[in-house]
Amino acid sequence: MTAPVLVVDGLSARIAGQQVVEEVSFEVAATGVTALLGRNGVGKTSTIRALLGLIERAGRVELAGERIDQLPTHRIVQRGVGYVPEDREVFAGLTVAENLRLAERGADATGRDLVAELFPELVQRAGQSAGSLSGGQQQMVSIARALVNRNVVLLIDEPTKGLAPLIVQDVAAALARAAATVPILLVEQNLQVVRQLADTVVVLESGRVVHRGPAAGLLDDDALTTRLLGVHTERETEDGR
Amino acid sequence: MSTVVLLAVTGLGLGALYFLVASGLSLIYGLMGVLNFAHGSFLTLGAFAGFELTRRLGGDSWPAFVASLVLGAAVGAVAAALTELLLIRRLYERHIEQVLVTVGLSLATVALFEGIWGSDPSYVTAPAWLGETTQLLGARIPNDRFVLIGAAALVLLGIVAFLRFTRFGLIIRAGVENRAMVTALGIDVRRAFTVVFAIGGTAAGLGGVLASHYFGYVSPHLGGSLLIFAFIVTVIGGLGSLAGAAIASVAVGVLQQFANFYWGVGDLVVVLLLAGVLLLRPAGILGKKKVQA
Ligand SMILES: Nc1ncnc2c1ncn2[C@@H]1O[C@H](COP(=O)(O)OP(=O)(O)OP(=O)(O)O)[C@@H](O)[C@H]1O
Ligand SMILES: [Mg+2]
Repeated sequence: MTAPVLVVDGLSARIAGQQVVEEVSFEVAATGVTALLGRNGVGKTSTIRALLGLIERAGRVELAGERIDQLPTHRIVQRGVGYVPEDREVFAGLTVAENLRLAERGADATGRDLVAELFPELVQRAGQSAGSLSGGQQQMVSIARALVNRNVVLLIDEPTKGLAPLIVQDVAAALARAAATVPILLVEQNLQVVRQLADTVVVLESGRVVHRGPAAGLLDDDALTTRLLGVHTERETEDGR
Repeated sequence: MSTVVLLAVTGLGLGALYFLVASGLSLIYGLMGVLNFAHGSFLTLGAFAGFELTRRLGGDSWPAFVASLVLGAAVGAVAAALTELLLIRRLYERHIEQVLVTVGLSLATVALFEGIWGSDPSYVTAPAWLGETTQLLGARIPNDRFVLIGAAALVLLGIVAFLRFTRFGLIIRAGVENRAMVTALGIDVRRAFTVVFAIGGTAAGLGGVLASHYFGYVSPHLGGSLLIFAFIVTVIGGLGSLAGAAIASVAVGVLQQFANFYWGVGDLVVVLLLAGVLLLRPAGILGKKKVQA
């Protein structure tokens, strides 16, 4: 096993003066998918935003062996961090093509063919304003913005949130394709998708890491899953909540 | 009929002036959330730069006039870019301080202009044709109105083309929507801030030279008096909306002319229009409902 791509050591973050992430430590493996799990409001999104410097943070973060915790957001991303935010955050007034063009980082933008192959619909709708797309299509734009570049790691926050089951499968398939070439830190509430994609899981509870280990170890243990995530596995996975 | 045409064209000319100021205000606010009270100073500085140039070149020649427009625009651009780099950038996200700094800068520059050029009007000279009139639908229209309207239309087209067809334009349009997400795509959005200030300064500087011909003189307070109406225009049009600023500029300029001519209450009507728009559409004609934090 090679060294982890992302090492998070004692990361804390605050929003409006309030501590929302407390001394979180975990690693993202150099390959495959690491899932960041936890009940609503435990600080998963805040952890990702803190990694990117989008909110005030403290602690140590290493990307491929180099510290990034003092860098401004755009510099972190330029080092090869692809980000798919929780609520898609596509630019509604821009076309699909413009959303993608904006995301392209010069020589890093080697993923155009992959994007066209994974999301042919976006090619057809290149000239349509992103604001007029369906939720699923917007999510594809958001994921495509990350996949259009060659990245060192992807940070993906609830990519299947609010999507119809069929679309959830499309998204999961696209992420599986991406995971073959780039490590992913994935926040996901749909445990079926987690089971499908994740190799390792990290579980947060009120801003702290309470569990780390192989995905199967957690998901196959009904009692543990219930205790940590407050959900039962298997049965109610369709909408993940 | 001829009076109506004259009032309409003159109102359009005044609206053109407002737009040259308001376009920059609106872009700057839209992208950065900065209310730039120093914007009038860019205009005044551009006007004085044009005035000095034509004075030296002999003001009634066309080359001198065109050169003064170019110089005014360039001076406005440089002044605005420096303001962003040296003052605004240090106060990133601190909106109260930004307002204080731009208000302070505007007061200080007016005092500076008075020190250099005095508080009396400095009268400008222009090619004779600008002072003559052209017959249009029975009305005799001063030619400088056409130049004003044409210049503002060109600036509008230029800004729209810049926003639509350049990468900076793309970044600016995206940044107006969601600045944090632009940085999260690996883009240093602060460079776009400087560009937006420079664009606004260009339009204001150009507007300054044109305003000096519209009014016939430059004074240290030229920018400040136009800035008030430009802010009203920006609010009516919707802060951050270029098209809104264009529409509102025309509406305010024309309405003001007519109200002034028939009832002598142009400024009052503008304020009533502002109040009416704010009551019916608090975000302005084309403003987004939710103003981004
Ligand atoms: N803008 C904000 N202002 C104040 N508090 C916030 C803000 N954003 C998040 N929080 C708080 O920070 C905590 C962590 O929120 P966060 O969004 O990181 O949780 P999450 O694990 O991603 O939740 P979810 O599963 O619902 O997406 C919550 O208590 C939340 O209320
Ligand atoms: Mg979240």
